[in-house]
Amino acid sequence: MEKTQNNKAWFLILPVLVLVAFSAVLPLMTVVNYSVNDTFGNNAFFWTGLEWFEEMVTSSRLHDALGRQILFSLIILAIQVPLGIFIALNMPKKGFWASFCLVLMALPLLIPFNVVGTIWQIFGRVDIGLLGHTLAAMGFDYNYTNDPLDAWITVVVMDVWHWTSLVALLCYAGLQSIPQAYYQAAKIDQATRWSVFRYIELPKMKGVLLIAVLLRFMDSFMIYTEPFVLTGGGPGNSTTFLSIDLAKMATGQFDLGPAAAFSLMYYCVILLISWVFYTVMTNLDREENR
Amino acid sequence: MSRITLSNLAHSYLPNPKGEDDFALKEMDHIWEDGGAYALLGASGCGKTTLLNIISGLVRPSQGRVLFGERDVTDAETTERNIAQVFQFPVVYDTMTVRQNLAFPLRNRGMDPAYIARRIDQIAAMIGMEAMLDRKARGLTADAKQKISLGRGMVREDVNAILFDEPLTVIDPHMKWELRTQLKSLHREFGHTMIYVTHDQTEALTFADKVVVMHDGRVVQMGTPEELFETPAHTFVGYFIGSPGMNLLDAEIAGSEARLQGVSVPLGAAYGPTTGRTQIGIRPEYVLISDEGLPVTVKRVEDVGRHRIVRAELAGQPFSAILPEGMSVPADGARVSFATGKVNVYANDWRVAPAETRGGA
Repeated sequence: MEKTQNNKAWFLILPVLVLVAFSAVLPLMTVVNYSVNDTFGNNAFFWTGLEWFEEMVTSSRLHDALGRQILFSLIILAIQVPLGIFIALNMPKKGFWASFCLVLMALPLLIPFNVVGTIWQIFGRVDIGLLGHTLAAMGFDYNYTNDPLDAWITVVVMDVWHWTSLVALLCYAGLQSIPQAYYQAAKIDQATRWSVFRYIELPKMKGVLLIAVLLRFMDSFMIYTEPFVLTGGGPGNSTTFLSIDLAKMATGQFDLGPAAAFSLMYYCVILLISWVFYTVMTNLDREENR
Repeated sequence: MSRITLSNLAHSYLPNPKGEDDFALKEMDHIWEDGGAYALLGASGCGKTTLLNIISGLVRPSQGRVLFGERDVTDAETTERNIAQVFQFPVVYDTMTVRQNLAFPLRNRGMDPAYIARRIDQIAAMIGMEAMLDRKARGLTADAKQKISLGRGMVREDVNAILFDEPLTVIDPHMKWELRTQLKSLHREFGHTMIYVTHDQTEALTFADKVVVMHDGRVVQMGTPEELFETPAHTFVGYFIGSPGMNLLDAEIAGSEARLQGVSVPLGAAYGPTTGRTQIGIRPEYVLISDEGLPVTVKRVEDVGRHRIVRAELAGQPFSAILPEGMSVPADGARVSFATGKVNVYANDWRVAPAETRGGA
């Protein structure tokens, strides 16, 4: 059947287009404008071409932040994905405890980012924090405010606490969709626990797992509020991730030109990696359905 | 391979069953002989699957024992029991190829690779999937997947029993018949004990030597297809086996006669006094339509090709009769009589044996 042509739809999405233009496209264009000009306020712009981009690409400050950022995202994925799967596998499947666990798991996800940062900022303090004080009392030389390693551990543990639930809940949903007959058949076939995971649970979880990896990658790659509240990027620059560095540059030093160039490249990197993820995911799907 | 004994077995899905109604499986004793081909027949929800899962060890019975030969396996894991089971809906391992799927139970038992390869070829030939062995199982149709499930069920040669839980539900009719024949010849060849759950009587009667009919959590009768047809032990068997099912009429029994509507019907044997609701049962196949006997009101006649089914009313109760080809239905005033010796007597739904054969009881 031929589809009827009806261009009225364009008018219906016009309001959305206008809204998006004001909230996203125009600000983005402003950033583009800043990235190729130098300005000293008063709306006076001086054309600089790609100067800021060149400066940023060769800036060792940006390279360090990028290195820290990639390391952070990799650590987060390496911990949260296996841990999330492990938790999902061990959660009760039904009854009161299943609901109880679900609520418990959802709680960290409901806490605003800056509150999470504040909680851990206090929790980790050696003088009044439960965690910091306990560790100190046990004889550990723990102080996240002046030891880079301690600061990293605290930021990572905080993120694991905040976001592993998301991976676990997504995997749990994937696991719940497996009919009981699969587990029964596996028992009949005398499969080991590992085989059940490898051939039944993992394939069924693959879809949600890819989404979880994508979400956790993007979120951790853009992380700002929690480490900013917890360590403020310190000690030194040791926990200054890309977005913290960017904010320092733009609103701290008011280097709008370099910051704009920086954020555009940052944006492109995220877009590129997400595109890679998307392509891999759709290709996997196609391969399976062949 | 060994005989499977269910002793004093009952199961409830509730943690603290109160009355009999809470039991999905009422107390029963049952023996599955080694090498038998059984069909487990019954309506949906009568406990067939529960019984099967108890035998394979997927469900632990609330009471009673399960014995394989002399060995008590009530608390044994499914793995230990070495049972094959095929489920109603296809279960395949998506990421594996067809070949890997079929090899999975053998590989898990650490069989010799050369033997596995040989065995896979045999099974693939049996289910007609030689051409697809190296394809991923994921993209296959439902009936291809179910064939893989069947193949996986049959691939082990040393199993104690193979259980089929309505395995052909998703398979198209032509393939159904072929696979059933395959199962049957497989049974003759290897002599595995096979228990085949179904709610389709044709399937049950063509597959099995012995048909076990379940109703409401109980085994109501086990017998050959002929026994189920001629002497149903319970009104449910009479109604469930046969198309249309057995006619059941309220009657009073007096010696070798039944009285209904003031007309006496000879029973062909003498019966002792009965208690409770007494009914006589007669197969539509054994009803003769003639000028004498009980008056019936004919409602409609269904032509099913080989014969016609007369749907009528007898004393206000529905009644069917099978009319051989060529015979006509009297326009009005039709009467029916019953073939001698084909009438069964039921008291409270259970068959009452004639007094003579029971030795005067």
